[in-house]
Amino acid sequence: MSTLAIRNLFHDKVRLAVTLTGVVFALILIVVQFGLFLGFLETSANIVEHSGVDLWITAKGLPHVNGGSPIPERRRYKAMQAEGVKEVRPYALVFANWKLPTGAQEAVQVVGFDVDSRLGGPWELLAGSVDDLKGDDTVIIDRHYRAKLGGVEIGDTVEINGRRARIVGYTDGVRSFTTAPYVYTSFKNALDYIPMTQDQTVFLVVRAMPGVALDVLKARLQRVVPNVDVYTNGEMLSKTRNYWVFSTGAGVTTLMGAVLGLLVGTVVVAQTIYAATVDHIREFGTLKAMGATNGYLYKVILQQALLSAVLGFAIAIVVAHFVVEGSRSGDALILMPPQMVAGVFGLAIAMCTAASVLSIRKATSIDPAMVFRG
Amino acid sequence: MIQIRDLYKTYGKGSAEVHALNGVSLDVRGGEFLVLMGPSGSGKTTLISIMGCILQATRGSVKIDGREMVGLPESRLPAVRLRHFGFIFQGFNLFPALSVRENVEIALDLKGVHGGKARDQAMELLTRVGLADKAKRFPADLSGGQKQRVAIARALAGDPPIILADEPTAALDSVSGRTVMEILSSLAREQGRAVVVVTHDPRVLEYANRIVRIEDGKAVTEEEGVAA
Ligand SMILES: Nc1ncnc2c1ncn2[C@@H]1O[C@H](COP(=O)(O)OP(=O)(O)OP(=O)(O)O)[C@@H](O)[C@H]1O
Ligand SMILES: [Mg+2]
Repeated sequence: MSTLAIRNLFHDKVRLAVTLTGVVFALILIVVQFGLFLGFLETSANIVEHSGVDLWITAKGLPHVNGGSPIPERRRYKAMQAEGVKEVRPYALVFANWKLPTGAQEAVQVVGFDVDSRLGGPWELLAGSVDDLKGDDTVIIDRHYRAKLGGVEIGDTVEINGRRARIVGYTDGVRSFTTAPYVYTSFKNALDYIPMTQDQTVFLVVRAMPGVALDVLKARLQRVVPNVDVYTNGEMLSKTRNYWVFSTGAGVTTLMGAVLGLLVGTVVVAQTIYAATVDHIREFGTLKAMGATNGYLYKVILQQALLSAVLGFAIAIVVAHFVVEGSRSGDALILMPPQMVAGVFGLAIAMCTAASVLSIRKATSIDPAMVFRG
Repeated sequence: MIQIRDLYKTYGKGSAEVHALNGVSLDVRGGEFLVLMGPSGSGKTTLISIMGCILQATRGSVKIDGREMVGLPESRLPAVRLRHFGFIFQGFNLFPALSVRENVEIALDLKGVHGGKARDQAMELLTRVGLADKAKRFPADLSGGQKQRVAIARALAGDPPIILADEPTAALDSVSGRTVMEILSSLAREQGRAVVVVTHDPRVLEYANRIVRIEDGKAVTEEEGVAA
């Protein structure tokens, strides 16, 4: 490490502060935006990802899991006859209105699943038990949305689409991508809350026998069950994810935010490193006159840039950590997995290296003969 | 040590052309304290810059230890400077963020001396210019004369055979100027280096072995100095 690089960097505290602010700001923007994007990927289709379902039988032309329309429930018997099917259960996922104590309404999504098989049920329970949903008019909500849903607690009674519902448990971290929280209930109860007749369901969810090839089973079901579409869980996952994250533009917007952070950060850092180089141009000229090669000057400039990157990264990750922690109780989930931290470190290095290109060009162009001129 | 023959330097092109050197010839020998004098704009700085291989001549010949420098590609020059020259500037050109010792160490670093060895050599050089006690100070803490002495210690790093100084005392009061000149002349007298000093300062004459007057880019007169 060049002493000159370190000393020059710390000599001008104000400039160091500006450089670090640029790096930190850019990195936090990148972490938050990209973390939001990852949060989108996670929350947009979590209900599919954690469903435990192997195959989904749906009405034709389903746009995504939250946009299902009713199909006759008796299709279930056809599906059950297919070879390789272990079980087939009804499953509903439908928007409904939740009435707040104030009289105002909140949109929710009622998830009606088969309590015995737990197919499509909640995956992280904080209080209560899934079996509690066997009782009439019982629902489980997520802890995170309690305030949004009127500050309700276990035991409270509310109204969903004008029908009574009693809260019997909380899930933890079962977030909804839309503003409408998921409300779990039994499929039987769900039929009371949503505009559907007793002989209808939104989905038929299938568990396959162990060792059965899902694409083969999918084709078979598609053949034997009339007038439906069949998706593997993976297909439903990417269909739903693609819709919410990409078709709605939400994902692209956050990714653009991340790219913008990268660009703005690079420009700010480039500008401060360049200004520092110009300020020290006489010193660089002196070094050249003394016999330093251009390579030696690059090393000094690059080391300054890399040092800024490392310091900025360290600060940014600490700050981002708090932002991410804060997001757990906020409206949008921000994720910061270790791979992303490593990626951001790489970006910080790349950003500062790119930012020093102009300065390096400047250093190359120095005429060492300047040292003898006033 | 240095042989200059028929050296020309033209700055700019076309109507903006400036003929700074018009066929200078000059020899610099080891162990001599050579003073270049002359009116402003006569080409002294241009000459010493070409001599030190930090500026390229338009034509003519500059030989250092018998090797031709004119026409060498730019990329070869840093190594030549590193090996042969120590530079001293009117404005000191110290690195303000580096301590006095580090200012000397960086010159050693360029010459491939690092770590504890560089530290020892830097302290030795600072002792030679009487500033060992200021090693941990920064340039801003020093007087002009002290700064120039640090610059001399730095120029001596790596033991170059030729010292080039352009108006080294112009920014100094007369007492510090005298100290600096005394150190420079001792480098020639006691250590056998070639010391070339450009100056307007007539007090320098008492240290000089030889005085060359430059006018209009030519060496016009040459006389023996008091110290000859
Ligand atoms: N980079 C340059 N571009 C154009 N002209 C230059 C350049 N450097 C010097 N000159 C011109 O070349 C001539 C010689 O300049 P030089 O600096 O060598 O003179 P000098 O003897 O050192 O003068 P001074 O005593 O004022 O330092 C002057 O006319 C000067 O204006
Ligand atoms: Mg001059």
